[in-house]
Amino acid sequence: MEKFINFRSKPTPLNSANVDTDQIIPKQFLKRIERTGFGQFLFFDWRFHDDGSENPDFVLNMPEYKNSSILLAQDNFGCGSSREHAPWALRDYGFKVIISTSFADIFYNNSFKNGILPIVVDNDLLSKFFKFINDDSNYEMDINLNDQTIKDNLNNEFKFDVDAFRKKCLLEGLDDIALTLEHKKKIDIFEKNYLK
Amino acid sequence: MKKTLFDKIWDKHLVHEEDGKPSLLYIDLHLIHEVTSPQAFEGLRETKREVRRPNLTFATMDHNVPTLNRNNIDDPISAQQIETLIKNCEEFGIKLFDLNSPYQGIVHVIGPEQGLTKPGMTIVCGDSHTSTHGAFGSLAFGIGTSEVEHVLATQCLWQNKPKTFEVNVSGSRQKGVTAKDIILSIIGNIGTAGATGYVIEYRGEAISTLSMEQRMTICNMSIEGGARAGMISPDEITCEYLKDKPNMNNLKEMKKEWLEFASDEGATFDKTLSLDASKMSPQVSWGTSPGMVSGVDTRVPNPNTEEDPVKKKSLEDALEYMGLKADTDIKDIKLDTVFIGSCTNSRIEDLIAASKVFKGKKVASSVNAIIVPGSQLVKYQAEKLGLDKIFKDAGCEWRESGCSMCLAMNPDKLSPGERCASTSNRNFEGRQGKGGRTHLVSPIMAAAAAINGRFVDVREYDIDLGDY
Repeated sequence: MEKFINFRSKPTPLNSANVDTDQIIPKQFLKRIERTGFGQFLFFDWRFHDDGSENPDFVLNMPEYKNSSILLAQDNFGCGSSREHAPWALRDYGFKVIISTSFADIFYNNSFKNGILPIVVDNDLLSKFFKFINDDSNYEMDINLNDQTIKDNLNNEFKFDVDAFRKKCLLEGLDDIALTLEHKKKIDIFEKNYLK
Repeated sequence: MKKTLFDKIWDKHLVHEEDGKPSLLYIDLHLIHEVTSPQAFEGLRETKREVRRPNLTFATMDHNVPTLNRNNIDDPISAQQIETLIKNCEEFGIKLFDLNSPYQGIVHVIGPEQGLTKPGMTIVCGDSHTSTHGAFGSLAFGIGTSEVEHVLATQCLWQNKPKTFEVNVSGSRQKGVTAKDIILSIIGNIGTAGATGYVIEYRGEAISTLSMEQRMTICNMSIEGGARAGMISPDEITCEYLKDKPNMNNLKEMKKEWLEFASDEGATFDKTLSLDASKMSPQVSWGTSPGMVSGVDTRVPNPNTEEDPVKKKSLEDALEYMGLKADTDIKDIKLDTVFIGSCTNSRIEDLIAASKVFKGKKVASSVNAIIVPGSQLVKYQAEKLGLDKIFKDAGCEWRESGCSMCLAMNPDKLSPGERCASTSNRNFEGRQGKGGRTHLVSPIMAAAAAINGRFVDVREYDIDLGDY
């Protein structure tokens, strides 16, 4: 996995709650057998009209957000199916951080495994972020995972929480399986007693 | 100390724990299918890793298999995914229930059918409806593809310990109110994120009196309330159901061990909710998430009564997508399609109950009804009972098994604007086909809707549904 590095970007305000993984990546694109190339299908049914043209009213298609790597979304982002194609599509499109008031469990896990940082904030702070970007499309955030801070170009600084182990894995780009295999002996012993 | 079912399973499977880190759990059963596994096997090949326990891993093909002419897959990408699974299972020595197997079917139908699912187990699968297996008193949950690869390589999984949530359902159901209506009521009550971070244990009289297949319907939809898993303590009903299943040796000894997993009397949970089944009515979802649901005897809600701006917008968006006006009587909603199937409601009891509603009746001329059994074994059982004839005489289509129109990865899908009464688990936008409109209901509500061309209150039907 690639290491997570600090960066600056304006956030894309996706003003929808309960965004499910069927919206993030519709099922007709789950048939590929690779992990890459899903970005073009991200939010497909919202991004494109039936004739294949872009829907200019959808926030990702607005020119001011084209190069954003932070997604703001309302509560319960990533609910529904366990498809890892959802974070694959978000990452491939260019999103590195998603900020919401809550995430569905499986999506939350899947994000960390793909170098995406999901940040949970409270309702008031999320509303503030939406207001800042809606008031001024030049609004930008600096994300620093090591310090666990969001600094913005209005000179605000906000702290966020992240599980220490997951933070380490993201910062160092650790391979989960390699980490587990460090405990191979313990697994062997457990299994020997357990499967007898 | 008094322990819950969840605590007992968690403790038994702990391989390694350390402060401030997730715990490493041993996995007893790993189920895989064609959609979420190819990249995991590719990862193993790239890193030259083996499958640690091929004998604890079982595969089937269900998500994108056709339910007509199943040996002729028109979509080349679907065909490639299926070919890839066959190749991966051969290469890594994994037992596969392929399209030619009499036991092929939806992964969460065949696990219990083949006696693979047992109380006290940890079970994972790259599919969020893995929670179904919790009906047997196992800890079963969906994982992503990276975790599929992890379990293949190590037979273990890192997990942060979830909290426990007791959902206590008391009282007896009215006739026509099914397990599906109980779980839809629960989700309507807690919302789609109400159980995020928790494992639910369903308890109480209205749960313990359910059959195993009905319990599977309940646990299946735990994820729609945000729960990591849903489970029910094993009891005599569990043991009775398992005793005739394949792979059951030393039944007497196993039974004793299984029953010990049940939550101890007086064990405490992090959160509790109590509901009364006798007050529930048959449920119909009217929106675009499973929490947007209400009784068939109510009306579509009015967004103007919602004060929270985010919720109000969700309501407005949902009604717009669904093509519904606020305050419409649920019974005035007309249907184009009826789908009976999916890992939620495609087992033999579901089909028997639906057949009682269809018997001697005709599907409305405006409706296209399809019935997709959960497995080839369910199909065989149904045909032996003559259910296929009842369905076909009523004008329904009778298909081969698979996930089918639950997620429309195969050719079974809705057209834009088409409205469907569906026994599946998700009414998300586009779930059953782009622009398709899904109303989640029980199999008997779906059957009654097929006959009438609109929703009707199945409690008014004078038929003997037994304990269904």
